[in-house]
Amino acid sequence: MTAGAAMGDAQATGLRRGVAAFLHRHARVRLSLLLSAPLAWLGLAYLGSLAALFVTAFWSTDTFTGDLVKVFTWANFHDLVSGDVYRTVALRSVGVAAAVTVIDLVIAFPMAFAMAKLASPRAQRWLVILVLTPLWASYLLKAYAWRVLLSSDGILGWGYGLTATIATLSYLWLPYMILPIYAGLERLPNALLDASGDLGARGWRTFRTVVWPLTFPAVVAGSIFTFSLSLGDYITVKIVGGKSQLIGNVVYDNIGAANNLPFAAAVATVPVVIMLVYLAAVRRTGALENL
Amino acid sequence: MNLSRPARLLLRVALVAGLGVIYVPLAVVILNSFNADRTFGWPPPGLTFQWWRSAWNSSGVRDALWTSVQAGLGATVIALVLGTMAAFAVQRYRFFGKNTVSLLIVLPIALPGIVTGIALSNTFHTVLGVPLGMLTVIVGHATFCVVTVYNNVLARLRRMGLGLEEASADLGADTFTTFRLVTFPMMRSALLAGGLLAFALSFDEIIVTTFTSGAGVRTLPIWIFENLFRPNQAPVVNVVAAALIVVSIVPIWLAQRLSGEATTR
Repeated sequence: MTAGAAMGDAQATGLRRGVAAFLHRHARVRLSLLLSAPLAWLGLAYLGSLAALFVTAFWSTDTFTGDLVKVFTWANFHDLVSGDVYRTVALRSVGVAAAVTVIDLVIAFPMAFAMAKLASPRAQRWLVILVLTPLWASYLLKAYAWRVLLSSDGILGWGYGLTATIATLSYLWLPYMILPIYAGLERLPNALLDASGDLGARGWRTFRTVVWPLTFPAVVAGSIFTFSLSLGDYITVKIVGGKSQLIGNVVYDNIGAANNLPFAAAVATVPVVIMLVYLAAVRRTGALENL
Repeated sequence: MNLSRPARLLLRVALVAGLGVIYVPLAVVILNSFNADRTFGWPPPGLTFQWWRSAWNSSGVRDALWTSVQAGLGATVIALVLGTMAAFAVQRYRFFGKNTVSLLIVLPIALPGIVTGIALSNTFHTVLGVPLGMLTVIVGHATFCVVTVYNNVLARLRRMGLGLEEASADLGADTFTTFRLVTFPMMRSALLAGGLLAFALSFDEIIVTTFTSGAGVRTLPIWIFENLFRPNQAPVVNVVAAALIVVSIVPIWLAQRLSGEATTR
C-alpha cells in the first residue's frame, strides 16, 4: 500500500467516524434520514397519486374526442348517487365483502384454534406451512380451478353467479384470515385458559370471555384483508361471477371500454371511503399492529 | 386446558376439513396438468406428459416468467430498503405522527388493488408523462410490498431490544460498525422472511400490474389471464399453475425455517 492510499483510507475512516459521531449525537437527524425515503415514496408519491385521482373524479371527458376536460364538475358523483345501478352494485359489493369475511371467520377460527392450542409444536410448524402454501399458488389458477369445479357439469355444479363469487373469494382469502388469528391465539397464554377453567368456566364461556376479547384485534386484522381484497376484486367476478358485477368491474369497464377515467375515479372513491371508515373504526382495537 | 373430548375432536375435524377444502382445488389443478383430455374431462380418460413438454418449450411462458422474476426482484429490493428504514424509525424513535406513518405503510394493501393501480397509472400517464413499462410495474409492486418487510423487521426489533447494540457502542464501535456487525446479523432472517413474502406478493399480483404495465411488459399472471380462456392454451396454463404450486414449497419451507430459528433462539 502506498503512503497516499493509506492517508486516503485514514481520511475516509475519520470522515466515517465523524459522520457516525454526528448521527449518534443527533437523534432527530437520524430519524429524519430514516423517514425520508419511506415518506417520499408513500407519503408524497402514493398519497399524491391518490389525491390526483380524487381530483380527476371532479373532471369529465369530452364525448367526441375522449380527452380529459379539466373543469370542476359534480356530474360524476351526481351520476353515481342518482343511478340505481350503481347503488345496487355498491351495496352488492359491500354485501359480498361482508359475507366473505364472515364465512372466512367461521371457517378460520376453529382451524386456527386447533393449530395454536391442540397441535404439538412440531405439528404447528407443518400446519403453518400447509396454510401458507396455497398463498403462493397463482390466484388466477385457484379461481380457475373453482370455475372448473362450479361449472354446471363440474363436481359441484352450482353454475356461475353471486354465490359462486362469494364461494371463490372465501376460498381465495381464507389463509389471510387463518394466519393473523393463529398468531393471535399463539400469543394468548395457555395459563389464561387454564385459569378460566379452574374458576369454573366451561369451553364456551372461556371462549366468550377470555379467548374472543383477547384475539379480537387479530380477527379484525384478518378481516381487513378479506374485506378489502373482496371489495376491489373484479377478476374473480370475470371468471366465475356470471352477470352480477361488483364495484371493481364498474371501475375497470369505465377505464377500458368506456375510456371515462373521471367517472372511474369517482366510482373508485366508494371502496376507498369504505376502507378508510373501516380502518378508522378498527384502529383503536390495535388491529393494525397485527397485520 | 378445560376442553371436553368432543370439543377437541370437533376442532380437529374442522382443521382437517378446512385443509381439505384448501387443497382439493389445488389437487385438481395438478391432476389436470396430466389429464390427457384437452378440456379437462372428468374423470381423466388418461394421463400424459404432453402438456408439461409444451409448457417447457413455450417461449411465452419463459418470457413471462423472466419478466415476473425481474419485477419481483426489483420490488423486493426497494421494499427491503424502505421497509427497514420505516421499521427502525417507528420502533426506535418517538415522534409526532408515528401512528400515521404505520397507517401509511399499511394503506397500499388495505385499499383495493384497483384503486392503487389506477391512481399510479394516472400519475405516470397524465402527471409525470412516464411511459408504462417494467419500471412502472416495479414502482407499483414496491408500493404494496413495503408492508411485509416493515412488519417482519418491526417484530424483530421489538424482540431484539437495545442491549447488544449498546454493548457494541460501549466497546467503541461507531454507528455503522454496530449496524454491520450487530444489528444487521440479528435482523438477517427477518429481512429474508419479509423479502420472500414481498417477492411472493409481487409474483402473483395481477390487478396493479394490469394498470401499470402498458403493452410491452407481460408478467406471468398477465400471461396466464390472457391465455386462461383460450381452449388450446388451457392445458399449458394449467401446467404453469401446477409447477408454481410445487416450486412454491421451497421458499415457504425456507421462510418457515428462518422464523422458526428466530423464535427458538
